[in-house]
Amino acid sequence: MLVFPGSNDERDAVWALGALGADAQLVWHAEEALPRDTAAVVLPGGFSYGDYLRCGAIARFAPVLEAVRDLAEAGGPVLGICNGFQILCEAGLLPGVLRRNRDLEFVCRDVRLRVERTDTVFTARCEPGQELSIPVKHGEGSWYADDDLYGELEAAGQLVLRYAEECNGSVGDVAGVCNKARNVFGLMPHPEHAVDPLLGSGDGALLLAALVDGARERTLAAA
Amino acid sequence: MKVTVLVRPKDGILDPQGEAVRGSLRKLGFAVGGARVGRLVDLELEAPSSAEAKAQVERMCQELLANPLIESFEIEVEGA
Repeated sequence: MLVFPGSNDERDAVWALGALGADAQLVWHAEEALPRDTAAVVLPGGFSYGDYLRCGAIARFAPVLEAVRDLAEAGGPVLGICNGFQILCEAGLLPGVLRRNRDLEFVCRDVRLRVERTDTVFTARCEPGQELSIPVKHGEGSWYADDDLYGELEAAGQLVLRYAEECNGSVGDVAGVCNKARNVFGLMPHPEHAVDPLLGSGDGALLLAALVDGARERTLAAA
Repeated sequence: MKVTVLVRPKDGILDPQGEAVRGSLRKLGFAVGGARVGRLVDLELEAPSSAEAKAQVERMCQELLANPLIESFEIEVEGA
């Protein structure tokens, strides 16, 4: 779990991943290497580097991002949540960009999502078309791609998650996208805040547990 | 050398911030047809010539100051 100055969801995410059986550790942005045997990386939500200039624009130059790039190129699963999604887009690891919400409103509520693709590490525990309820909390989560890029991504099956209700004005109601190789995934909703039905929904656990599955498989394959 | 960078939302891209500004100005009674909100960056840098300064700042724009997916940029070198 990477931590940038201004990250604020890393503890919830570490707790959630731990509850799902992962050994999740915090890694400061200035590190040049990931801990040995790192099987997956998560970039948490928050306001890295104060979100100055554009969300994620400065975090993408963090020293640790090089190591993340290497892991992603080697096929390791990389998940970006909210600000983490913005960073991965700015870093060019995911397509598109996150812009200010269409209605300039900070949205903070549970939203219904539809799983479009289950052929990623992150959605492997979901059914195609399954609806999930997971909270969002962002002011700049309106995903944008121009028509050409959008068409390309749709044809390649990279539009993994859509809002099943109006949320922020994202093109095609896209809530989450993956890269071509399908091992890097970013989404605006916060699965780490939805891992216990007592707190409203446990649907986020479906995504995080699938990530833990993927990381475990990778660790076993390397052993 | 002083260099000013103007970053604008690309033509055709919805600019909710500009829309909100336009709405407010109209409410104040100004007959504003359209408003787009961008960003201005003033830079001071050392360069042997204004052409070289412009080339440097162009790289800065491509690598950090603007996101080419949604923003266009314009560079003004003082005295050039």
